[in-house]
Amino acid sequence: MRGDGKDTKADGVVSEDLQQKRTLIERICENAGMNDLGAAFIQAAHLLAGREPALLGVIVLSLRVSLSALLIASLIGAPCGALLAVCRFPGRRLLIVAFNAMMGLPPVVVGLLIYILLSRAGPLGTFGLLFTPAAMVMAQSVLIVPIIIALTRQVIANDWEEYAELLRSLGARWWQIIPTLLWEARQALLTVLLAGFGRAVAEVGAVMMVGGNIDGLTRVMTTTIALETSKGNLAFALALGTVLLVLVFLVNALAYLSRPHSAQHGI
Amino acid sequence: MNRLRIQASHRWYLPLLALVLMVALPSLAQTGAAVPTAPLQVLAQAQGGSATLLVGSTTSTEQSGLFSYLLPLFVQASGIQVHVVAIGTGQALDLGRRGDVDVLCVHDRPAEDRFVAEGYATRRYDLMYNDFVLIGPRSDPAQVAGARDVLEALQRIKARQASFVSRGDRSGTYEAELRLWNLAGIDIRADHGPWYRDTGTGMGPALNIAAAMDAYILSDRGTWIAFRNRQSLAIVKEGDSRLRNDYGLLLVNPQRHPHVKAAAGQQFIDWLVSAAGQRAIANYKIQGEQLFFPDARP
Repeated sequence: MRGDGKDTKADGVVSEDLQQKRTLIERICENAGMNDLGAAFIQAAHLLAGREPALLGVIVLSLRVSLSALLIASLIGAPCGALLAVCRFPGRRLLIVAFNAMMGLPPVVVGLLIYILLSRAGPLGTFGLLFTPAAMVMAQSVLIVPIIIALTRQVIANDWEEYAELLRSLGARWWQIIPTLLWEARQALLTVLLAGFGRAVAEVGAVMMVGGNIDGLTRVMTTTIALETSKGNLAFALALGTVLLVLVFLVNALAYLSRPHSAQHGI
Repeated sequence: MNRLRIQASHRWYLPLLALVLMVALPSLAQTGAAVPTAPLQVLAQAQGGSATLLVGSTTSTEQSGLFSYLLPLFVQASGIQVHVVAIGTGQALDLGRRGDVDVLCVHDRPAEDRFVAEGYATRRYDLMYNDFVLIGPRSDPAQVAGARDVLEALQRIKARQASFVSRGDRSGTYEAELRLWNLAGIDIRADHGPWYRDTGTGMGPALNIAAAMDAYILSDRGTWIAFRNRQSLAIVKEGDSRLRNDYGLLLVNPQRHPHVKAAAGQQFIDWLVSAAGQRAIANYKIQGEQLFFPDARP
């Protein structure tokens, strides 16, 4: 993201000018007898008003990485989940339990796994992907694929019970059944995708490990929050957290408003 | 099948479209509107360009803001982009051993010498120094301020069983803390009670913990000066020669890891130890206070 040298100075989230502004805000809050929480909300409003343009790059990267991961994970996860719901094969139950369990994968473990894979000394080391956004997309995809698979399977299994007879009477085969069921369940699947997105965008352990939290290259919202917390800028970290919440809310609102069937349900 | 399709609205594709646009557009802009052949390739180019250097650095140099001050100056002088991964010294050295970074900026002299002895670097460069400071609550329950030197201060903390927060990771600061306990005649890893909190965290998080529980803690001065959540903490002991904190530079040996950007890495090191680089380090101040003192030998 860092292009030529000219814009480097504006890249750091905490430029000197902003630092001064922030100190000023904190001093005002202190005088008014406000604590970190009060300062955080004032700063959040400040950030949301777009007064710290350097933050924009961090926000855009957060969304890009997590949405890319979501895209990859849903392309893999949705068909797999549907397959698990519709097809009967040996080991299916074991797979279902395994994917359900993997919804609880600890992000640090996934980060470590991807780190070992991508490290120069690791099997995929030659591609030089460690400490790039691509590595972060990989880590988040691995994290949310089980969520998409497990939840999709649940959704599709319910629909399958309802439509199995109809689809069978039409003589549909499994490769026709699965797209049809996915299509029919698209509204419920949107919630599945949002669950995956939520997990991806809120995650910090894995992206910190494989992204390295490099300023202007792999620094996302969550790693910025972790960094500011470790600098003792608690109010600013909290303000960033509020911005992240607002972002996730906006993504959810967009998804909700563009839902299919919204007219029929009168919502 | 028709019965199933009838309910379909025409807006189903909107979220998907938004998703694809969000993901695709910035990559297009980045590659000058060239159609990306493989997304991984495009993303890798962001880092893999020939004039991009990856530096593994201790957290103190990054969190104190030194690198965000120095790097633009170096970019201006050389045109080489530098990306910094800030991590504890022990972990940073491991990144170097695995060949995941090109240059290291760390502060644990014995570990750095080991790194060179193992052949992962050909030599170590002096860069700068500052010092460690003993931080504690202003009330100073262990009466450390009256101690003769830092060793007696540590002995007093142990005698009073006053809360002490230790990094407990493999950072340079933790290694320095262990050396100081050792010099004070205390085998802290074997001989400590619940007053000694091994937190396993970075400098900043450890300072946050110390601030929350009014504990003593050893910190590098740079991180302390830049630290904002001090609450009742203050420097209680400083100025002991044993508290000196040396920073060194290492170029990962290209004979060990052929992909290391040795030329650019050497250029970075040469600039940092040059008169211009050293002057820039000396000029970096927070609230009028100089954080690092250059000491490279020409």
